[in-house]
Amino acid sequence: MFQVIGKSVISLEVNEEKRDVTIEPSDTLLHTLREQLGLTGAKPGCENGDCGACTVLVDGWPIKSCLMLTAEAVGHRITTVEGLKNAPIQAAFVENWGFQCGYCTSGFLMVCHALSQIHPDAEEIVMEEWLQANICRCTSYEEIRNAVNVILHCSDSP
Amino acid sequence: MIPMKFDYYRPDTVSEAVKIYGQLDSEGKRPLYYGGGSEIISMARMNNLDMGAVIDLKGIPECRELKTDGDHLVIGSSVTLSDITEADLFPLLSKACGRIADHTMQCKITVGGNICGTIIYKEALLPLLLSDCTVLIAGAGHLKKVSVHRLFHQGLNLSPGEFIVQFLVEKKYAALPYFHIKKTKNEKIDYPLISLCAVLEEGSFKLALSGLCGFPFRSVRMETELNRRDVSPEERVRNAVNLMPGPVLNDVSGSDRYRLFVLKNTLMNLGKELEG
Amino acid sequence: MNSVGTNIQRQEAWDKVTGRAKYTDDDQITGTLHAKILTSPHAHAEIRSVDIRAASKVPGVKAILTGKDCAILCGDVIEDRPPLAAGKVRYFGEPVALVVAVSEREAMEAANRIAVKYKPLPVVASPSEAILGDAPLVHENLKKYKKAVQDVYPEPDTNIADRIKIRKGDMAKGWQESDVTVEASFQLPKSDHIAMETRAARAEIHPDGQVIITASSQAPFSVKKLLSKSFQLEEGKVTVKTPLVGGGFGGKVPVILEALAYLASKAVDGQAVRIANTREEDMVSAPGRLGLEAKIKLGATKDGYLKAAEMTYLVDTGAYTDIGPRLAKAIAVDCTGPYRIENVWCDAVCVYTNHPYATSFRGFGHTSYTFCVERALDQLAAALGTDPLELRMKNAIIPGDTTPTQVKVTSSSTGNLTACFERLGALIGWKEGARIDLGNGIVRAKGVSGFWKTSNSPTDAISGVLLTFNSDGSINLNSGVVECGPGMKTTLAQILAEKMKMDVSRIHVKLEVDTQVCPEHWKTVASLTTFMAGRAPLKAAEDLIEQVKSIAAVALKCPTEDLEVAEEKVFLKQDPTTYLEFKDLVHGYQYPGGESVGGQIMGRGSHIMSQLTTLDHETGRGKSGPAWAVGAQAVEVEFDTKDFSYRLVRAATVMDAGKVLNPKTSRGLITGGMSMGLGLGSREAFVYDGSGRVENTSLRTYKVLHIGEEPQYLVDFMETPQVDAPYGARGIAEDGIIGIPAALANALSTAARTELNQLPVTPESIWNAKTGGKL
Repeated sequence: MFQVIGKSVISLEVNEEKRDVTIEPSDTLLHTLREQLGLTGAKPGCENGDCGACTVLVDGWPIKSCLMLTAEAVGHRITTVEGLKNAPIQAAFVENWGFQCGYCTSGFLMVCHALSQIHPDAEEIVMEEWLQANICRCTSYEEIRNAVNVILHCSDSP
Repeated sequence: MIPMKFDYYRPDTVSEAVKIYGQLDSEGKRPLYYGGGSEIISMARMNNLDMGAVIDLKGIPECRELKTDGDHLVIGSSVTLSDITEADLFPLLSKACGRIADHTMQCKITVGGNICGTIIYKEALLPLLLSDCTVLIAGAGHLKKVSVHRLFHQGLNLSPGEFIVQFLVEKKYAALPYFHIKKTKNEKIDYPLISLCAVLEEGSFKLALSGLCGFPFRSVRMETELNRRDVSPEERVRNAVNLMPGPVLNDVSGSDRYRLFVLKNTLMNLGKELEG
Repeated sequence: MNSVGTNIQRQEAWDKVTGRAKYTDDDQITGTLHAKILTSPHAHAEIRSVDIRAASKVPGVKAILTGKDCAILCGDVIEDRPPLAAGKVRYFGEPVALVVAVSEREAMEAANRIAVKYKPLPVVASPSEAILGDAPLVHENLKKYKKAVQDVYPEPDTNIADRIKIRKGDMAKGWQESDVTVEASFQLPKSDHIAMETRAARAEIHPDGQVIITASSQAPFSVKKLLSKSFQLEEGKVTVKTPLVGGGFGGKVPVILEALAYLASKAVDGQAVRIANTREEDMVSAPGRLGLEAKIKLGATKDGYLKAAEMTYLVDTGAYTDIGPRLAKAIAVDCTGPYRIENVWCDAVCVYTNHPYATSFRGFGHTSYTFCVERALDQLAAALGTDPLELRMKNAIIPGDTTPTQVKVTSSSTGNLTACFERLGALIGWKEGARIDLGNGIVRAKGVSGFWKTSNSPTDAISGVLLTFNSDGSINLNSGVVECGPGMKTTLAQILAEKMKMDVSRIHVKLEVDTQVCPEHWKTVASLTTFMAGRAPLKAAEDLIEQVKSIAAVALKCPTEDLEVAEEKVFLKQDPTTYLEFKDLVHGYQYPGGESVGGQIMGRGSHIMSQLTTLDHETGRGKSGPAWAVGAQAVEVEFDTKDFSYRLVRAATVMDAGKVLNPKTSRGLITGGMSMGLGLGSREAFVYDGSGRVENTSLRTYKVLHIGEEPQYLVDFMETPQVDAPYGARGIAEDGIIGIPAALANALSTAARTELNQLPVTPESIWNAKTGGKL
């Protein structure tokens, strides 16, 4: 049985590196990534799972890191925006003006990247379902839609 | 940031989970079983929970099973909503799970967590109520099978220390013609005004609803009323709407009267859809 | 080499897609203490006692402050708000105490252990209740409050913080000339900015008295001045730094957490302290968007010419004024919408209630009154039996007309609204009909709205730019503008590149603001940045060019007037092959023999608003802003007449931008505003319980638009230059929002055949309006 009792040192696999961190078992992954590892690309937009700004990938699937305990992440592969190495979605966001203030961008990128890896041929409706987990307050979503359509094989948007 | 401290346990077996629960409980740690954890974390952040330990069930292989076994589907309680929609073994359940919270949350929320948490909507339960499924429950010194209707009737019947291991669904239910509709205030990602699951079995509707009362329910009385052939569809719907099993919710998502209006409309459409 | 009019991506774009862009709370500095606020659970209550004994015992707690520890009052217009409530609380979410601790967890735990005893007081739940004679007073001491400006007129022993009057023309004559009149009342709820980055600040006080603040702010220079004023600090000893800001929309203009962070740091001997709002605090404790109640009466001749308008606007400023009186002023200044009306009577009243307080919000009050005016115009069109778009075009303001504050408009100051309406009609297919029955109970309907907006800055607002050269001839641009999303710093680089006739990639912009280093820019608000901050680099460029030419004239042995500058070269007009490169001039020119002349060339440019006046208190006469941006908008919906649900199909904006500096960025700003407008129109509103507590304090229950719900966006621009603006460009950053809630409600009113005069318009509210709530 894996257990974390009181303040402990644990190992995480983050962006293909093993990282030791000191945590309280009640620490959220978001908190650990930002404060222990300096990976501040994941943002605390609501800490309630409603905005998606803190989204990271866990074993390739999008997860809101504000609603995951760091202890839960032990034994899983974590990818943050800092771990995207020239993923096509990054250039697509730049070229399509997919952000303004940029605060929600990391979260959107992680969802888009996961979608392109898991369902590269996703239809528009599936793309929308995945991206509805995130909020952008600056753009109208038109630009984000254009960007993600560049990397999915479904450029059938109007 | 969660202001409180608690310990974290991830047992590898059912018996280990039950045992550690008993041990922590006797130490006064007020342990909680932990599925996806999203509700526990958000409530702890707002100081609405007070536990000394969580027991994460996701390390138990039986709780992670999602498979066909003979004439049954086996759905482990720690299977995520996203696992269910991706595997799509039970299309109505996929539809219901695909409209709980948002997609990223569906990668975290487990079917057991949705049903056992404090959230009143429990939309994953609706298809399970319609399939009259069996629930495998573990507790101190026992592993028992009960009907889903025993597990949940206007509230959850689990004793302290018990947790759900699996849901066992007869495959024939996964093949029935079905209908799923979720109505929200105005935004797709929201709590339901109503969430409705229905199946057509041997010419009769079976119907389960969430969002109307403080608990999800399947009402045989409503089903009987809706299945009557001797009165007009309008009258059947009117009569069914009068058979709410409890007070209708009245909150920021919608007033009680509006919810009933939406229900009435939805039932009219359901009639057309399933008969047509 | 054109920069203006081309698509230049933000300079910080790649930082934003790699997680490298740093916002205020991203600097995780070891040793920084953490502060947390405790907030009021009541909308209006007397504070009987605050017991901090249990909280003080929580390990790690360094200090706990309550209202007694900071007996000052803050406010940009009226000084009415204590940083921490003292004596009583006036809204749900008001900060009551502040805890400083070693960790955030300890600070939260201690805040939870502070025991406050309250005695609830009767709640002022709406602006119309607030102005009743027997209403409880939100501020008993209103008459004793200090005014931070001259032109504000609080009415003692009432809940009225300010009243702006517009008296134009002759009302009796106006009504006499009117064949048709319509009257309607409107209600718009308070809502929130929901910038994705919640407000955050950090403070540190050095032993020599230097105060260093880092803040997520649209107004770092206001932070500096207000802290200096409130806490009697020497202004030069206060430095405010603002890195990238994760969205502002007006919400990060007021100085709130900066003051709390300063107080917290002061309480722990100047150690660094950070404070960041949770989403819930950011929505309710921090100020949001104004609420509005209004009564409008319009009169027109039978052939559709507007003759008279009588309007009362009650601005719900909530528990404190912040910028509320200026919101009321902005509403008064443009109260009629962009239409020619000779006789206008308007009272815009800023009213205290026990709601969370209001501050600037994208559109600065214009979205709210526009909803009322444009809904009334549709009702007038129906009464006249005329086409709503035609009615608007007939009355659209044109050069020579006067505004409600009696400013005569010109082509430069307002652009061409008529052309905007014409183009809008073509874009949205207005001629095919405003309401089309698609069968099966589904109808498609369109609604339109006009809009205009001017600014309401102080009459002496300033902005400056400093330019330095690198030795390779490229330029560093330093301005006090905050980068909060619209890409303003990149726009400034474009303006400079165009003027210098050089490649924009050779202009390096300092993104972070540091008030000690950057020249002042009033505030990054009011869509004024293009105008104010944009004129500064033009002047700075002239300054550079003059200096470059004068040193080149020495080197090339020619008169300066023979020289021209382009592509980082100075060349002879008559022989461009004779030239010197910037890199050989800008850090001094060295003769072949080694002797050097000149020196570092630095450019400076600044702009101060001119020709603006305060308003006459009796008539409202005066000039509030340098120009108006005008435009026309439409929304098309698909409406289900059986269950009253609807889908957004298309939304269109045509506005006169003067000149489009950056097409993709401009479109994004307009559609972003439209998206927010659709949110306000369809779902965004604070909901209160019977005791005035906000019930939807998280994004779980307070809904904004998500992807998949947006309509198809149509955007087009007219380009009538504003001659005093950089390259003729008007400010456009806010304007996409202004007419959208009105156009949406007009479309849905047409679709549902009922008058929808409240926001937001939800299926339930249409069901209520249409059926009275029948099953």
